[in-house]
Amino acid sequence: MSHTQEARRTPVLHLENVTRVHGQGAAEVQALRGVDLKVHPGEFVAVMGPSGSGKSTLLTLAGGLDTPSSGQVLVEGVALGGLNRKKLAQVRRRSVGYVFQDYNLIPALTAAENIALPRELDGLSARAARREALAALEELGIPELADRFPDDMSGGQQQRVAIARALIGDRRLVLADEPTGALDSTTGEAVLAVLRARCDAGAAAMMVTHEARHAAWADRVVFLRDGRMVDESVSQDAASLLVSAATNSMKVDE
Amino acid sequence: MSIRHGLLALLDEGPRYGYQLRTEFEARTGATWPLNVGQVYTTLSRLERDGLVEAAGEDEEGHQFYGVTEAGRAELRAWFDTPVPRTNPPRDELAIKLAMAVTVPGVDVSAVVQGQRRHSIKALQDYTRLKGRALAGPHSSGKGARPGAAPSASNELAWLLVLDQLIFQTEAEIRWLDHCETRLAQQAELQQTRAAEPARDDAAAPAKRGRRLRA
Repeated sequence: MSHTQEARRTPVLHLENVTRVHGQGAAEVQALRGVDLKVHPGEFVAVMGPSGSGKSTLLTLAGGLDTPSSGQVLVEGVALGGLNRKKLAQVRRRSVGYVFQDYNLIPALTAAENIALPRELDGLSARAARREALAALEELGIPELADRFPDDMSGGQQQRVAIARALIGDRRLVLADEPTGALDSTTGEAVLAVLRARCDAGAAAMMVTHEARHAAWADRVVFLRDGRMVDESVSQDAASLLVSAATNSMKVDE
Repeated sequence: MSIRHGLLALLDEGPRYGYQLRTEFEARTGATWPLNVGQVYTTLSRLERDGLVEAAGEDEEGHQFYGVTEAGRAELRAWFDTPVPRTNPPRDELAIKLAMAVTVPGVDVSAVVQGQRRHSIKALQDYTRLKGRALAGPHSSGKGARPGAAPSASNELAWLLVLDQLIFQTEAEIRWLDHCETRLAQQAELQQTRAAEPARDDAAAPAKRGRRLRA
């Protein structure tokens, strides 16, 4: 994608000079200090940084779960700050899929019911919502968990159900906080491949992680430090990589 | 050395000629470590000298075939049965660079660390992209294997394992960089505290008196 093409499209997520201050006076903590970030359709962005750098704050602001102290957050061109509670809930439900670090599944609902819930709230029939939920479970390789309750699942299984819930209903923006923390390395990889495929199909995703191996599934990796974006790594084309890998190994052989 | 044993492993499946060996070696390692035909023939002649392979005739096109000998098979088994030695770690340019950076005055070590981290993450992204393709579909995606190398499930698996190794190795490097950064920060803090201490001692006369009394 060329830069001119990129400029013409509305970003799915746009953080505009966002700051977030917690507490007051001596206890004041600047969690974010003026972050600008755009995530376009088809783009997968990973956020890395040491603990306390503002990663999670960034994600909660992007998801409309928290409001910035200054600056604004736009989802599909709509400023979240200007929405009333009802409209904001609607954006969160329809446009944004959020994977919480601690899953946040409702214990009294089965996996399929948990996943179907936001669609039912949106007015979809229970039957159609269940059909979508089953498809999402299939996509994550866990169709057998449909009628199990969260208490009856391992952490890794709950995590995959939480991801299925975030992906249902063609959400345009998927936000994920350490979505592979409870998964072994091959299952984690499968989940990241699903997120990657969603982005390749046109969605946008932002994931917070401290694992470089997971961040590497993204197109862009941004580094946060003390509430500021300090650096960024953009994936190059895979073909040119092979050339450079070949050149490197030639050098080693000589 | 790995080329030597790599060729023995390929010949263990049946006699082959030089160009064929190169193609098959690269098919399994995804051309990550390309061989030139010259290297293949040099290695073959050394293997022949050591009695590990032997000439196995020519085909009508004049390709010289080689086959593995009993001694060659034993050598190959021994290779698989023996761990790769870790006693002499290969020289690592990055480790040397950081070791020098912390000792040479005027070097911005955190900038060195961050610059390397960005570069390594980028490499990791690229390897991961290659892996995504390898996982998504058969060889057709074309990752540089030469024509003639028959795509097979076991070659795909071999290539995936090589990619995983590159990925885990790069990840280890990044984790080490993260660790270096934390250690540097701790060290800087410690030095600040130390620098502040003598000043406090001078100011605090009673403490000095106490020390004299003890002495």
